[in-house]
Amino acid sequence: MQLSEHDISLQRLFAENRELIEKDAAPGVNAAREGAMEAFSKLGIPSSKVEAYKYTNLQAWFKAGYTQAYGLNGATSEALKQFECNVHELDSYTLFTVNGKFVAGSNVEALPDGVEAGSFAELSKKYPELLKRYYGSLAKVEEDGFVALNTLFATDGIFIYVPKGKVVEKPIQVVNVLTGEQDLMVNQRNLIVVEEQAQARVLFCDHTMSMSRFVVNTVTEGHVAESAMLDFYNLQNQHNGTVQVGAYHFDQAARSLLNANYFTLHTGVARNNIFSRLGGPHAENHISGLYVIDKNQHVDNFSFINHAVPDCESNELFKGVMDDASTGAFTGRILVAPDAQRTNAYQSNNNLLLTENAKMNTRPQLEIYADDVKCSHGATVGQLDENAMFYLRARGISKEEANILLMYAFAYEVIEKIQVPALKEQIRELVEKRFRGELDKCDSCVVCGQLGTGRAKSE
Amino acid sequence: MASEQDKLLEEVTNREYQYGFHSDIDMDVLPKGLNEEVIREISRRKQEPEFMLEFRLDAYRKWLQMESPDWAHLKIPKIDFQDIIYYAAPKKKPQLNSMDEVDPELRATFDKLGIPLDEQKILAGVAVDAIIDSVSVKTTFRETLAEKGIIFCSFSEAAREYPDLVKKYLGTVVPSGDNFFAALNSAVFSDGSFVFIPKGVRCPMELSSYFRINTMNTGQFERTLIVAEDDSYVSYLEGCTAPMRDENQLHAAVVEIVTLDRAEVKYSTVQNWYPGNKEGKGGIYNFVTKRGICKGDYSKISWTQVETGSAITWKYPSCVLMGNNTVGEFYSVALTNNYQQADTGTKMIHLGKNTRSLIVSKGISAGKSQNSYRGLVKVSKKADNARNFSQCDSLLLGDKCGAHTFPYLEINNPSAKVEHEATTSKIGEDQIFYCNQRGIDTEDAVGLIVNGYVKEVINQLPMEFAVEAQKLLQISLEGSVG
Repeated sequence: MQLSEHDISLQRLFAENRELIEKDAAPGVNAAREGAMEAFSKLGIPSSKVEAYKYTNLQAWFKAGYTQAYGLNGATSEALKQFECNVHELDSYTLFTVNGKFVAGSNVEALPDGVEAGSFAELSKKYPELLKRYYGSLAKVEEDGFVALNTLFATDGIFIYVPKGKVVEKPIQVVNVLTGEQDLMVNQRNLIVVEEQAQARVLFCDHTMSMSRFVVNTVTEGHVAESAMLDFYNLQNQHNGTVQVGAYHFDQAARSLLNANYFTLHTGVARNNIFSRLGGPHAENHISGLYVIDKNQHVDNFSFINHAVPDCESNELFKGVMDDASTGAFTGRILVAPDAQRTNAYQSNNNLLLTENAKMNTRPQLEIYADDVKCSHGATVGQLDENAMFYLRARGISKEEANILLMYAFAYEVIEKIQVPALKEQIRELVEKRFRGELDKCDSCVVCGQLGTGRAKSE
Repeated sequence: MASEQDKLLEEVTNREYQYGFHSDIDMDVLPKGLNEEVIREISRRKQEPEFMLEFRLDAYRKWLQMESPDWAHLKIPKIDFQDIIYYAAPKKKPQLNSMDEVDPELRATFDKLGIPLDEQKILAGVAVDAIIDSVSVKTTFRETLAEKGIIFCSFSEAAREYPDLVKKYLGTVVPSGDNFFAALNSAVFSDGSFVFIPKGVRCPMELSSYFRINTMNTGQFERTLIVAEDDSYVSYLEGCTAPMRDENQLHAAVVEIVTLDRAEVKYSTVQNWYPGNKEGKGGIYNFVTKRGICKGDYSKISWTQVETGSAITWKYPSCVLMGNNTVGEFYSVALTNNYQQADTGTKMIHLGKNTRSLIVSKGISAGKSQNSYRGLVKVSKKADNARNFSQCDSLLLGDKCGAHTFPYLEINNPSAKVEHEATTSKIGEDQIFYCNQRGIDTEDAVGLIVNGYVKEVINQLPMEFAVEAQKLLQISLEGSVG
């Protein structure tokens, strides 16, 4: 493939700053850069001609010329004080990153013995054997230009390690903040390892605090070992000038359970690459997502569930509401490998289009190489049910209120899947506010809301 | 039960292609290879008007710039396009009026296939435009149809006798540069059928064209054009069988359909070309571009296909719903066995207001085959109140095969209602058990269940086709799995 000018500028950027990038990183992370460079010079940033990126062209944004977050760029933990992303009554361990760098943790000392949650840069040096075993094992540089780019520039992020048999009751909340006066590119790298019979709940909140343009390319690799359990939540609430590519690669061993939920409430351009590999029998995977977008926002959820072994089960549900001139895209690919018998895989994608300028592209795909399977997928694009609307109107409910009620009911199916009651309540509230258009006034978790809608720079 | 299944499966997979024979008829062939001179020669031999040659050469130049598509879920061996004969015609080019004048061997070929070319078929009410390789040999019922003003003839004849009509519609639905294989077809197409139904005429009989690929290494490049004027109706049948052959053969056909106001065209296909032997050797490559355009308001195009043959099938009969209140339908049964590969589906492009489309696709895979559904439903911004429902089911018989679904839904209008459903499963043991319990043996039970499974599609076929289709399915299906 011919590399574009932008791709070459990124390569040059790496060559020029290599020393700076490699300075604080673990040897294992640095060792992977050569391969990443090689892969990136083959792949580049994918154009919309690449089938997986058919509905989202990101080439325009990924180039040199942004400030790179090698250092902290002046952001301190002091700045975070005003942030206080306190999920109401959510008693959690909290980690903060600013522009992709780990800055502080609160309450982390209370984590059970042996459980680690903190800076990727530091912990990857502390646990070289974990890094060696897991780093880049799921997010392969040769498969995606963005993974290659991330591996090339990765310095810091979040590292969570839950050793065998440990149960972390309270959620570990990771608050990813983007801030600064200059336009910024961030390549954040996260690693989550949950060992045998261990349990953890992890919540990633993505926020913006200033109005600069942020171009984010984050890669998260998660390993869920035998009989382990991981609840993973991603809540994206960023201003319109944000372009984020988030890759979430999970690997599950036998009898493990993964619940993953992706909420995109506000963003500029968002692309989620969600990969789950069911690698041991009787593993269970539940993923769901909700995207509520307006203005000219764009959200593309690309998911790939790989049933590599027999007797696994997966459930996938993505729902979206598109307002104004926003565009949504969904790809859900389910692969059932040869001999992965007795697989149950279900997938569903439902969308509401509210205006004539809103668009939705959806591709639910099944690829099945075994015969004793039960697989289904469904996709719908439509509007609110007229009968339901009539029912509500006939009972004296105003049109606006009925609209909100029905949209909320539509979204609730996804919210319902959240396993942490306090978090469920919080997101429920956020979504309701979102539908009421009140998100801007929200003073809690959604700082970006104040800067978002309309007032932020947008394309 | 497992061993019984294996036995049945073996029995079915061992069944040889029963239409495999090769008839020796004198052929007039051009040398292998493709260049501008070959195209000029094809055009000259067919005594085509100038505009046809222009069309071909334009397509050829576009084709040279294109690359063979690789996006389908298929493994296509590299095709050497210079190793193909692009023109083969029976030497005795008959302009015949009675059956007696037809080459006896040719007739025997048809008899073996049971093609209704002789007198008794008149009673069956089928007009047949029989095609051996590339030249239309015999057309029956011409006079009956002519009375109504219906034109049903070979494409080359149409190009000579009705150049205005051909010129007006050729390439309007599938442009010469549409895709790699359509471009190739546009450049070298040898013959095909042309149907024209004038205003207000309801075609009194099913029009049928049987295809047969003959002669070693002949690429078959059919071109069919159907035009239905205002308030007209026609049902067109296309059926294919081909003799057993070791080398792969390429078939790149193009079908274009145009419907004007309130017209309706029903296009049915039963495709049973040689699928290759048990090891996956040989077999036809079926790369077809079929597309219809509902140009006039309230018009309707309905595709029905039963695909059982071919080593590789790459085929997406599509509807462009341009007029308001138009309807597009697609019913498909695709069956693959042994090493067959199929990537088939449809495209429904909603452009007009209040347009509706329905997709029912039933895939059945057995042996080591791969069967994919690939479809697009696109609702453009101005297509208010568009409605689509898609149902794509896959049935797996055996654990070495694959069934895949790749639907694309692109919705740009909020008043659209689009639904897609797909399921993949095998025949349930409980279903078999239920039948066994009632004294139906496993083989019959499977037949029963599969029949029920495809019923929705088979029901759409005209009577005589439905019978043939069921027979074809039986060959590969009955008792393959319990």
